[in-house]
Amino acid sequence: MLEFVQQLVNGLSLGAIYALIALGYTMVYGIIMLINFAHGDIMMVGAFVGFYSITLFGTNIVVAMIFAMLACAVLGVVIEKVAYRPLRKSTRIAALITAIGMSLFLEYMTIFLLGPQQKVFPHTAFPLKEYHAMGLLITNKDIFIIVSAIVLMIILQYIIKMTRTGKAMRAVSVDQEAAVLMGISVDKTISITFAIGSALAAAAGVMVGVYYNTINPLMGIIPGLKAFVAAVLGGIGIIPGAMVGGFVMGILETFVSGYGSSLYRDAVAFGVLILILLIKPTGLLGKNTGEKV
Amino acid sequence: MQKLKNNWLKFCGEVLILVALFTVVQYAITAGLLNQYYQINLTSMVINIILAVSLNLINGFTGQLSLGHAGFMAVGAYSAVIMTEMLMQPFAIGLLAACLAAAIAGFIIGVPTLRLKGDYLAIATLAFGEIIRVVLQNIDYVNGPAGVVGISKLTTWPLLFGAMILTILVVVNLINSSYGRAIVSVREDEVAAELMGINTTRYKVIAFVIGAMFAGLAGALYAHFFYIIKPETFNFLKSFDILVMVVLGGLGSTTGAIIAAMFITVLTAALQSFPAIRMILYALILIIVMIYRPQGLMGTKELSRETFGRIWGGRK
Amino acid sequence: MSLMEIKHLNKSFGGLSAVLDFDFHLDRKELVGLIGPNGAGKTTVFNLITGVYKPDSGSIMFNDKSIAGLAPYTICARGIARTFQNIRLFNNLSVLDNVKIAAHKDVPYGFLSTILRTPGFFKGEAQIEQDALRFLEIFKLDNKKNELAKNLPYGEQRRLEIARAMATKPTLLILDEPAAGMNPQETKELMELIKSIREDFDLTILLIEHDMSLVMGVCERIYVLDYGQIIAEGLPEEIRNNKEVIEAYLGEEVE
Repeated sequence: MLEFVQQLVNGLSLGAIYALIALGYTMVYGIIMLINFAHGDIMMVGAFVGFYSITLFGTNIVVAMIFAMLACAVLGVVIEKVAYRPLRKSTRIAALITAIGMSLFLEYMTIFLLGPQQKVFPHTAFPLKEYHAMGLLITNKDIFIIVSAIVLMIILQYIIKMTRTGKAMRAVSVDQEAAVLMGISVDKTISITFAIGSALAAAAGVMVGVYYNTINPLMGIIPGLKAFVAAVLGGIGIIPGAMVGGFVMGILETFVSGYGSSLYRDAVAFGVLILILLIKPTGLLGKNTGEKV
Repeated sequence: MQKLKNNWLKFCGEVLILVALFTVVQYAITAGLLNQYYQINLTSMVINIILAVSLNLINGFTGQLSLGHAGFMAVGAYSAVIMTEMLMQPFAIGLLAACLAAAIAGFIIGVPTLRLKGDYLAIATLAFGEIIRVVLQNIDYVNGPAGVVGISKLTTWPLLFGAMILTILVVVNLINSSYGRAIVSVREDEVAAELMGINTTRYKVIAFVIGAMFAGLAGALYAHFFYIIKPETFNFLKSFDILVMVVLGGLGSTTGAIIAAMFITVLTAALQSFPAIRMILYALILIIVMIYRPQGLMGTKELSRETFGRIWGGRK
Repeated sequence: MSLMEIKHLNKSFGGLSAVLDFDFHLDRKELVGLIGPNGAGKTTVFNLITGVYKPDSGSIMFNDKSIAGLAPYTICARGIARTFQNIRLFNNLSVLDNVKIAAHKDVPYGFLSTILRTPGFFKGEAQIEQDALRFLEIFKLDNKKNELAKNLPYGEQRRLEIARAMATKPTLLILDEPAAGMNPQETKELMELIKSIREDFDLTILLIEHDMSLVMGVCERIYVLDYGQIIAEGLPEEIRNNKEVIEAYLGEEVE
């Protein structure tokens, strides 16, 4: 039983990371119906910015995270403007292919500029402290990740529900044309959505650096895919769904590698994706809307 | 009567050109004019052509974005290798097994996946491609992640040429027929196609299975030339490679797919020492083509007899 | 003789009732209209008949066989063809190819013949080409046969859609707002076209239209739909003077 709860706790950190990344996917899909293939790589860029913030500028972990979030917010806005905005009237397939191109671009540009080798987060950035409570092992890293993630999610919910920007985001995701008629700047709203989503991914990237200690240019691919599955699981386009999906995927993965085989750990995500798409593509919290003929 | 005779003449002319092409290269190989480097690239080029033309059938003509094509290549490669290296069968059996296994895989994956639309379909095919890779990584019979080494070099120029011609012939003949029109109508407007009496699911699956089959054939030829195969060889980056060719050439143009496959093979060879730059170039190709010329090089146009006639000074 | 009988047809979307207890019948060679305010559910009825949607309950009988819930391509094979409110042509295909696709459900050669290019294939293709050209001639589109469908002017696109539907050799033709976007002259030509193809092809026609001149001009019988329910049915004269119909379109009279 204790083992079970321990796995649960381990899964929460991973889940928090997936949730943060999943939020970016779901927000972008909700507003422009695009699977932003490059989102996982934005997370990677965030990790690298955090890394250089600590190693080059000697900042602490929180400042590093803030730097990463700011940098990636800008990156997200630029990517949208350069690559996705011209395709807003095109087919979704065209946008998807472009997103794939953008993902490859980020990955290999990073390899080209910084080399393919992994980099190690210095121990000094986040000295490991272990806590034992009720027979369970929790590290300060776990606490940092989970607490930061919850704080960020609360801030996000506040923005979405209480601010005008949030209202604009919700309006544009429901009906773009009507939003324009209401005087909402669709371009600006979409840019803000990308900025927020990318910032959250950047935070996740720094957390990955803290949690796993190493970062490399291709680190965004697999977690990106898993976070996407999490977003679909919770209901793509639905923000609470991304949070729920993220934690579910994190806990599921921890259990599979804890009790099952770690060889199939990655395949679990793909399997879950196939199952959802075939059984209930709108996800756990999603609703069915048919195509109008 | 004159038109029939003209068509016959054109047909004979085309066959002659192909025979000439084949013979020249065959001679170059037997006379030792083509060194190792050129042979490798020639083989890669032909394999890429088969992959691009087969993917184009699915992505371009049927309009279903499949991102897991490398998975079918893997199924074909491994099936052939199991036949030839472990069950000691002749290469012909291996090739047949590759086609059959890949076609079956295409059917099993296609039937559930092709019910999905657009980007969901794309992601599902990507996921399946990865599942194939992970499963292969965990099968000890084929050495899991280490892969199979020391595969006999059974792929010859006649086989490559024959496979390429077969692939192109089947795809072109299929497209230029009532079945081809049915397939393209699925791309143009699925709802309207259904209401015209076309079972769109059936044709999506047919295109998918045929595309998968030829990818399997390419995989088998690849394995028996390049000596080693690992699950990692057939990952999603390989699928993206093929996607770049199809996008560049023009989704819906077989000629475009062939030209783009040739171009990408040459580019890959030229940038062999700079893999990062090559990938950055691929990425830029995808982005720039989609934004500025989504129809690719050829659009949906083909290099047809009429076009050849015009270029070579026939009547308009 | 009854060609189509619909009884108690129901369809809702997420709790909202689009079609409620819809009863309907159609005799051979009739020309019937379905009218009603926007959002009344008319296109939904068409979608239910042609298999795009599955009914929640109720029956649809065509030629004494049930077609409710069948796939669209099966329903097409049974002899029902339709056009769409927003034209759905195969845009990147030529006018000729658009019509040729209608022939596919009865394609006279198989897969193997296609790949191997047998004489049977060439004969079949020639037949398909001939039949398609014949339809284009009837609908006066043969001079544009190699034009891409998306490049045709609007009126010709609508005509092509009808030609394409007719090429499937249907018993029942369903037209969804065929006169949308047409000027009075074009509408008049359309009316003549509709009447002539009914005669020449022994056709039964069901149409949705907002243009009252067309409805009153060609329809023999009219159903009126509002909020998914039939509020009136009868001859054009009766409908024209029906109080409920007028209310549905114009709102209640102010006392």
